[in-house]
Amino acid sequence: MSTLQGAIKMPIYLDNNATTRCDPRVVEAMMPYLTEVFGNAGSRNHAYGWAAQEGVELAREQTAAMLGADAKEIVFTSGATESDNLAVLGVARFYKDKGRHIITSNIEHKAVLDACHALEKEGFEVTYLPVDQVGMISPDQVREAIRPDTILVSIMWANNEIGTINPIAEIGAVCRDKGVLFHTDGVQGFGRVPFDAKAMNVDLVSISGHKIYGPKGIGALYVRRGRPRIRLEPMLFGGGQERGIRSGTQAVHQIVGLGKAAELSVEALSNGEAERVKGLRDRLWDELRANIDELYLNGSWEHRLPNNLNASFAYCEGEAMMMAIKELAVSSGSACTSASLEPSYVLRALGVTEDLAHTSIRFGLGRFNTDADIDFAVKLITEKVTWLREMSPLYEMVKEGIDLKTVSWTAH
Amino acid sequence: MAYSDKVVDHYENPRNVGSLDKNAEDVGTGLVGAPACGDVMKLQLRINDDGIIEDAKFKTFGCGSAIASSSLVTEMVKGKSIEFAMGIENSFIAEELKLPPVKIHCSVLAEDAIKAAIADYQKKKAAKLASSEEAAK
Repeated sequence: MSTLQGAIKMPIYLDNNATTRCDPRVVEAMMPYLTEVFGNAGSRNHAYGWAAQEGVELAREQTAAMLGADAKEIVFTSGATESDNLAVLGVARFYKDKGRHIITSNIEHKAVLDACHALEKEGFEVTYLPVDQVGMISPDQVREAIRPDTILVSIMWANNEIGTINPIAEIGAVCRDKGVLFHTDGVQGFGRVPFDAKAMNVDLVSISGHKIYGPKGIGALYVRRGRPRIRLEPMLFGGGQERGIRSGTQAVHQIVGLGKAAELSVEALSNGEAERVKGLRDRLWDELRANIDELYLNGSWEHRLPNNLNASFAYCEGEAMMMAIKELAVSSGSACTSASLEPSYVLRALGVTEDLAHTSIRFGLGRFNTDADIDFAVKLITEKVTWLREMSPLYEMVKEGIDLKTVSWTAH
Repeated sequence: MAYSDKVVDHYENPRNVGSLDKNAEDVGTGLVGAPACGDVMKLQLRINDDGIIEDAKFKTFGCGSAIASSSLVTEMVKGKSIEFAMGIENSFIAEELKLPPVKIHCSVLAEDAIKAAIADYQKKKAAKLASSEEAAK
């Protein structure tokens, strides 16, 4: 990091919904497992293997504690994409004789959506529930969509773009009542909002290391134990690690990193980290709103991750905005920031109009942000929005009293 | 998006931002693009009776390369004839700014803006001619 920072001036990092900086304490915990404790956790006949295995099992306990789970319920994977794939494909392929219907939402992460698309090609039927205008799925929607042949419901805990938190416990209760397995992509909520897998009535939860100040390339799938036992068709075959659900030599240092990050997150949650980060986020929103007109919140304010803010800065195109505020690392739902030139499918699902979707910016705050970061961000954004609006023909037209909806635009 | 230094320069120091009186007889206004597509360009040209573009102003809602494309064309057409301006092709703008393939449409939009502004000017001129002929009858 120091080399990079020395070479170019690094912007203030406000993109913690994309990834987080590894906590130095996590790196410290991982280091020995890259040097002295290099054994294969599967080597049962010598001290190198035992030491590695001890590291893995401690991490399993630490990760489980974060979810109010038992260590035996944690399966380590290469990340949340694999966890989501394993949950959706694994359940569907194992229970295909019981039924071939799956329920999910239209704003799930692509790791769930594309896994569902793959299943459609295998003859499964998928219901994509539409979210409401703040991005939520209601338990009633799920209840009404469940059919006798439904084998899985997969609804995310919190959305990665807009931070909207779903009523997971209530949706879980519906699934339990109907005898349908329930998976939640817990990546964004994990470590940011307290969670208890038992109380939430979930059967499967995907989590990721790098969203909670841990390393990239490591994730886990919580698989509830008890009756009836949940079975998954594996995606990787080989040495039978992770109780045969996920073969492949365990990435001991990564696993140790995830465990440490989970432990630190438990500690941070009880020390008020979420409240502190929420305080920064709230101040960012309040001060931006005080300075800038025609600023629109995307998603729910009430049911929202404490660290996330997603807003549309009308008349300021998202990519131009990010170039203007390049001293801040943020992201945008604008088409111009994606290879596909399509604006965010999440914002469109909420019914955000395309012109406003093009002006959306996502701020993701985190453990390492300070009050000074917010002061700087508010000042810079206010200044640059004014600059961009002075350059915007749309802003000028609106100020002249022209209703933009009445203009016949030349779509291209 | 990694942009060329030229795009960054035009974006950070856009030339000729502003508006001309859209009702003036010697001003042609081109408004192209759509908010739903994420880019709208307004290009205005003040053209004298000899067909020379005396002034050019733009306002653009769009990404960095859209802003840079419009800034560049205002520089290119100032002091030039209508014929010269009509001959500017998007490929020239794209090459000049080294636009990445996904941003080629920004240069197309800039070319369209020039043509729309000149068409508007010529429409005004024709209307003026028609009304003066009407008066002469």
